[in-house]
Amino acid sequence: MEPYTFTVQSAQAALQAGRLSSVDLTTSVLDRIYRVDNSVRAYLAVTPEVALEQAAEADKRRAEGDTSPLLGIPFALKDIVSTAGITTTCGSRMLAEYVPPYDATAYRRLRTAGAVLLGKTNMDEFAMGSSTENSAFFPTANPWDLSRVPGGSSGGSAAAVAADEALFAIGTDTGGSIRQPASLVGIVGLRPTYGRVSRYGLVAFGSSLDQIGPLTRTVTDAALVLGALAGYDALDSTSVDVPVPDYRRALSGDVRGLRVAVPREYFVDGMEPGVAAAVRAAIDGLASLGAEIGEVSLPHTEYALPTYYLIAPAEASANLARYDGVRFGLSAEQPIDVWDLFRRTRDEGFGSEVKRRIMLGTYALSAGYYDAYYRKAQQARTLIKRDFDRVFAEYDVVVAPTSPVAAFPLGARVDDPLQMYLADIFTLSVNLAGLCGMSVPCGFSDGLPVGLQIIGPAFGEAKLLQVGYAYEQATPWHTMKPSLTAAEVETAES
Amino acid sequence: MALDRAAVEHVAELAKLGLSEDELVMFAEQLSAILDYAAILQRLDTSAILPTASVGGLENVMRDDVVTPSLSQEDVLANAPHRHAGQFQVPAILD
Repeated sequence: MEPYTFTVQSAQAALQAGRLSSVDLTTSVLDRIYRVDNSVRAYLAVTPEVALEQAAEADKRRAEGDTSPLLGIPFALKDIVSTAGITTTCGSRMLAEYVPPYDATAYRRLRTAGAVLLGKTNMDEFAMGSSTENSAFFPTANPWDLSRVPGGSSGGSAAAVAADEALFAIGTDTGGSIRQPASLVGIVGLRPTYGRVSRYGLVAFGSSLDQIGPLTRTVTDAALVLGALAGYDALDSTSVDVPVPDYRRALSGDVRGLRVAVPREYFVDGMEPGVAAAVRAAIDGLASLGAEIGEVSLPHTEYALPTYYLIAPAEASANLARYDGVRFGLSAEQPIDVWDLFRRTRDEGFGSEVKRRIMLGTYALSAGYYDAYYRKAQQARTLIKRDFDRVFAEYDVVVAPTSPVAAFPLGARVDDPLQMYLADIFTLSVNLAGLCGMSVPCGFSDGLPVGLQIIGPAFGEAKLLQVGYAYEQATPWHTMKPSLTAAEVETAES
Repeated sequence: MALDRAAVEHVAELAKLGLSEDELVMFAEQLSAILDYAAILQRLDTSAILPTASVGGLENVMRDDVVTPSLSQEDVLANAPHRHAGQFQVPAILD
């Protein structure tokens, strides 16, 4: 078995037994990247020197007796998480040359744990999108079908894990950007609770919604990576000081008596039949494992999409006001005056989707429209949150599809923003309500992966892992991989 | 809610966002469609509902006023497109 195909858990066992060094493992993954990434295009930047140096350091730490679970494990980082000395572009022309002067806490924590950085992954510009086609540099392909999208906005991170170009990856999720791409490429993606993982050094998009989380091949790996990421950080004023449990203890495989809610609003007309069938079968599977399934209603579900697409752009328009061509990033040439500098820098630096959201957000916050749009959306957010509060008073988790459709063709939705926004219809509510959610592979629809979404209450990550692990152990989906033969051939020819 | 060209130009100016002629036309159409969709929120009776601005549950996070190390001037200026005498340089703001 090639080392690049290992899970975090199996690689750790091999490293600990002395059958493999981190340098060998990292070299194996780098070779894999060189073989397939010309076709998959998951990475914006590969950092082999950094990776091999960190791998050698990990081998040294192990020789000295360190047995941290992520020690020597190579991973990919979404290019929105700051890395000192390594470009952090956010998939934008605006930050194409930007080199952060400091590390994000999430990256620092992974480095402390001994994980090895392979490079920075592609994404929709400033994390705005559901297909990774909004990257200013190039789109990423879905490893299961190179003519289709990998989802987004963490599409590069998701594709890297699915194509065996990283043992795990880090993404961010503002409206579904970890769970939806995980679903579309057939891997595990976990969005932690708001406040669970520090966002210090994460370039801001929607400040009341953003979270950092893992994309992995298995639920066990998600538990291991989350354990390294989670924890209070005084540098992030929204970080919550709640103890971090040992998430591995949640991996009992037992869900007998667990109360699982199925919201009827998440099975809608227009859903891809193969997706609905796979998710229904997964719910039956949980029932046969002993979980108690009950149908519930989340009556404000239909309002989540408009609520999100007013609140997230409003927050984005404020956060993106900092790109003024003065302190960092692109700066327009030969400005007539400072206003010309601002207008032209922002015109030249931002792509269409980012501009669209700045416009929408600015409008929703502007005099005369604030109450009708922004305040109204915040009130709807209260109602959406109450729906979940009611359900979690009686149930341990909610299960639903992650995405209404499997991976769609590249180019199919780029010209219709509303159609693209609908890709997130089942994931947004988790962000609006401050919950945690995870997508686990649950089958295929016409040969393309389908994800089961498990939603838990705030700080209920252990419940997600418990349910996800039990389901995973009872099913074969996580062991299936795309062949990528076409990708290797294409790369060899290019 | 249809946004006309003048409204789009006004919002772009609030955001200090230069837009091409094509973008002005495209955004007038697309933003109108998105706002039409968002109009379903008006169906909700929210007269007695408090708005939710944040879900983290924290308010007024305080810390002790202790000096800690910060970035060097060189690090702070390292990404500046234009710098002068250890400062960020901008076009003249006052005549």
